Amino acid sequence: MKHIISALVQNQPGVLAHVAGMFAARAFNIDSLAVGRTEDPTLSRMTIVVVGDDRVVEQVRKQLGKIISVVKVQDFVGQDAVARDLMLISVCTPPEKRPEILALIEMFNAKVVDIGPKFVMVEVSGPENKIEAFIDACRPYGVRNVVRTGTVAMARYSRSQNS
Amino acid sequence: MSSQPSPDGAHSPRPVRKPGSQIIVDTLIEQGVEVMFGYLGGVVLPLFDKLYDAPIRFIIPRHEQGGCHMADAYARATGKVGVVIATSGPGATNLTTGLATAMMDSTPLVALTGQVRTELIGNDAFQEADTTGITRPITKHNVIVKDPRDLARTIREAFYIARTGRPGPVLIDLPVDIQLAETEVTPFEEICLPGYKLREKGHGRQISLAAEAINESQRPLIYAGGGVILSNAAMELRALAEKANLPVTMTLMGLGCYDQARPESLDMLGMHGTAYANYAVQKCDLIISVGARFDDRVTGKLKTFAPQAKILHIDIDPASISKNVHVDIPVVGDAKVILAELSNAVEYRPRQEWFAEIAAWKAKHPLRYDTKADIVKPQFVIEELWRQTQGAATIVTGVGQHQMWTAQFYRFNRPRQFITSGGLGTMGFGLPAAIGAQVACPDALVVDIDGDSSFNMTLTELSTAVMYELPIKVCLLNNGHMGMVRQWQELFYGKRYSCSSLKNPDFANLARAFGAVGYSVDRKDQVAGTIEKMLAETRPCVVDFKVDPAENVWPMVPAGKGLHEMDGLDAYELA
Ligand SMILES: Cc1ncc(C[n+]2csc(CCOP(=O)(O)OP(=O)(O)O)c2C)c(N)n1
Ligand SMILES: [Mg+2]
Repeated sequence: MKHIISALVQNQPGVLAHVAGMFAARAFNIDSLAVGRTEDPTLSRMTIVVVGDDRVVEQVRKQLGKIISVVKVQDFVGQDAVARDLMLISVCTPPEKRPEILALIEMFNAKVVDIGPKFVMVEVSGPENKIEAFIDACRPYGVRNVVRTGTVAMARYSRSQNS
Repeated sequence: MSSQPSPDGAHSPRPVRKPGSQIIVDTLIEQGVEVMFGYLGGVVLPLFDKLYDAPIRFIIPRHEQGGCHMADAYARATGKVGVVIATSGPGATNLTTGLATAMMDSTPLVALTGQVRTELIGNDAFQEADTTGITRPITKHNVIVKDPRDLARTIREAFYIARTGRPGPVLIDLPVDIQLAETEVTPFEEICLPGYKLREKGHGRQISLAAEAINESQRPLIYAGGGVILSNAAMELRALAEKANLPVTMTLMGLGCYDQARPESLDMLGMHGTAYANYAVQKCDLIISVGARFDDRVTGKLKTFAPQAKILHIDIDPASISKNVHVDIPVVGDAKVILAELSNAVEYRPRQEWFAEIAAWKAKHPLRYDTKADIVKPQFVIEELWRQTQGAATIVTGVGQHQMWTAQFYRFNRPRQFITSGGLGTMGFGLPAAIGAQVACPDALVVDIDGDSSFNMTLTELSTAVMYELPIKVCLLNNGHMGMVRQWQELFYGKRYSCSSLKNPDFANLARAFGAVGYSVDRKDQVAGTIEKMLAETRPCVVDFKVDPAENVWPMVPAGKGLHEMDGLDAYELA
């Protein structure tokens, strides 16, 4: 099962290597890893998608927690959270297919960010299944290149959390 | 941000400025460091220059690995944080075996390594190695200091991290320019480690669940590990076992935490544990694990481990809980605190049947060996040493058969009495560890029971023992082989003894060449007398006992088998 784990880490050299090294050393599988700054300049957020049964993911959480520069670890499984990926995809666009492809882009709420004579570059964001669906929809035309950020996630406001 | 001192300096008191190296040494002293181990090199010279006048005893090993094991054993013998220094590059890489050893056995250690100048880092400079990168997986934490103003705080944090929670080694990498830079001495700041949370007290509800489980249990068993020693909880463990009437078995790392002379002791469990301990594990209805981590050498085949037992696990490291074995009642926190609370909540139960069953196993399957043989049996040497030292010596070992025989036949009665590399199984640990323990406890009798191959790995440290006049004793159980390897080849590789014997030097003569005392023993009737002479020596002393090369460690749970599937229970006639 896929788990989205969010780790708040101190913005220090080596912390990414530490987290990545720990995953490798303990034979945990990372599906994706996204790192970025937070509102606090001393902290970064890592969003890690791991695949494994509950016991494995529990270990992942605990082992992450043991790393001194990891401040907080959260598993979004069973929680109401918003999870998004961002993708840049370059799709072949033979002139006769352009209208079709543009309609597709519209349908997915995606954006054309660059146009060449033979390709368009499209920016798509959304839940992972939407991204995958868009790739599948583009395949018949020819997908030249895909770049994805990996999932980022945030818990939704919930009353129970607040009480 | 460094405020320039005003040229006249008349108005505000001039802030004190010191070189980084002085700040490092001052902070070490502030942290209570009395002894350090380590080796010199270009980029640690500033530090050594300041150590020249410092009230810190300095022990120079002959190899950084030795220095690291010394600091490790110093910590294990005292509970204080051990400190080791090495230079950059090869100095730092030589520390790695020692750091990994300390990491696996949770020893509080601070390692200081020199590093090339900050502006050279990443340029493959002379003697540059990515020390923090190399040591990240074998330290509890590591940092490189790139601003001299961070020095004092970083060192304080390192000591704090090393000795609290589940202890472990912390490495600080110190570029030489940071050691040389003059900087303002910053006032003491509170330690602020937002990602380092300690849970000392156990959860009240979990403790009552634990007490309930103990009170209800017909066949309970305490399984105590090194964590009991690390948390100084031996007294609390004893109180719990006595109050609730519980038998106790120990891991290799736990030996010493419970007096083995007491009838409730089932001694060591696991691959080379006693039959009565292993049978008790397989038959008990409750395992009370304290500061142990269900290592594969302890549990045997996990599927058949303690099939009837509920598992109660007390540990300071939440990641140890349910890592290998599903735990029914976890209690996270400091064993000392939790055991004390638990003792208050448990009640005495007679459990006559359970103790009778254990007594029957003990009677039927005691540890034994061929006492009638003419050849020197390694177990005989250990028993004789135990007898003559009245079980009171501090014992260290290398890794192999001799280590297991020591665990089986020297009967320990106090924490920190037995110092051995359990988790990593580092051959060569023995001699430097003996030196570290002797430095820590100058009045103690420290004996290294070592294997010939293990001793070969670090015997150069004899010269350290001689230089500092440390009266350590080395009892070599010299079987002329990598005995433990030979045993596995005999049992599992069709007696094909591939590459497992070495041509050894004349160890007694070698010891003399180092300036130590050396004896050789070939006959059984020389054993007692030579041990007596060895114990009377005030200089470092090596005794080379030529022991039976064919002797094996029994009982044995073959790797991958269940704890009840022990071999060798009938290897010897009952003496
Ligand atoms: C540094 C290191 N290398 C290799 C091993 C694997 N190993 C485990 S026991 C052993 C043989 C030990 O021989 P010796 O020290 O003579 O002890 P004995 O088993 O003969 O008592 C070896 C090679 C190890 N534990 N550590
Ligand atoms: Mg040997």
